[in-house]
Amino acid sequence: MTTTIALVKQKKTLLETFVNDKVVFGFWVYLMTDLLMFGVLFATYSVLHGNIYNGPGSNELFNLPFALLETMILLTSSFTCGLALLAASKGVKKYVLIWFSITFLLGLAFLGLELSEFTKLVSEGNSWRRSAFLSSFFTLVGTHGMHITVGLLWMGICMIKLWSKDLTENLTRKLMLLSLFWHFLDIIWIFIFTIVYLLGAL
Amino acid sequence: MEHHKGLLKSYIIGFILSVILTLCAYIPVAFYVSSKHTIFFHEIIIWIIFILAFVQLIVQLLFFLHMGQEAKPRWKLGVFISFFGIILIVVIASIWIMQHLNYNMSLIHFNNVMKYGEGF
Repeated sequence: MTTTIALVKQKKTLLETFVNDKVVFGFWVYLMTDLLMFGVLFATYSVLHGNIYNGPGSNELFNLPFALLETMILLTSSFTCGLALLAASKGVKKYVLIWFSITFLLGLAFLGLELSEFTKLVSEGNSWRRSAFLSSFFTLVGTHGMHITVGLLWMGICMIKLWSKDLTENLTRKLMLLSLFWHFLDIIWIFIFTIVYLLGAL
Repeated sequence: MEHHKGLLKSYIIGFILSVILTLCAYIPVAFYVSSKHTIFFHEIIIWIIFILAFVQLIVQLLFFLHMGQEAKPRWKLGVFISFFGIILIVVIASIWIMQHLNYNMSLIHFNNVMKYGEGF
């Protein structure tokens, strides 16, 4: 009788057990400290937003449709990352790899767009040395881009591991942490899109 | 299996809602810019896009990060709320202090003071 109850209890999916996992909670606390850092960078940007030192302001620099494209790409990659995690929870290794590859490519496309925007700004002479506003812009968006780069590296390593080994419980937990990180970066980007691009265009 | 279906549903709903919210924030701003700043009131648009961003924050926390599925005691929620409070204090207080204490630091405020305000 007791074994049946134990089995019934264990019928939870991997994802359900991980929602209340201690490692996942620890990673969540790290994400919150990261959120605090981004909060400070947002505060810096808002304060220095007007200090353009006779350089171009935010309404002359940023291209709205371009920012919307970046947002949509990152949002879609967040969605496919969720689908990859769903496949991992079901234990279908092939689909995990497929969805994570799509996420990886979308993330790479996002990073490419961001870097092309940065190179365009710098080549026009509007680098971080131009004004306090541009310094804070490059710090804020660049920090986000750095997180994306780290996330892509991490995703690549996880995919190589997944390619060569089986989908163990331990690896599934790592994938869960990775997906948390990726969704978190998308949330940060919503606020960059709102505060830097939309508010900057007004 | 039921749980997996629910998860897939939550990802799809979250994705669609996020796309809609993003477009809802984007379209008024694009209209405002293309109409040479005549259609809407400036303040209203700022309020709209901030509210939409916060709604999207909640949507993504619920549907992508599964914050609602946590068992009690809800430590994640507690940690999130306390950090969010600190961030609000840091951001709002920084803007408030810098706009009120140092006229030279914020050019927009400086211009407003020189044009409409008390001047120096």
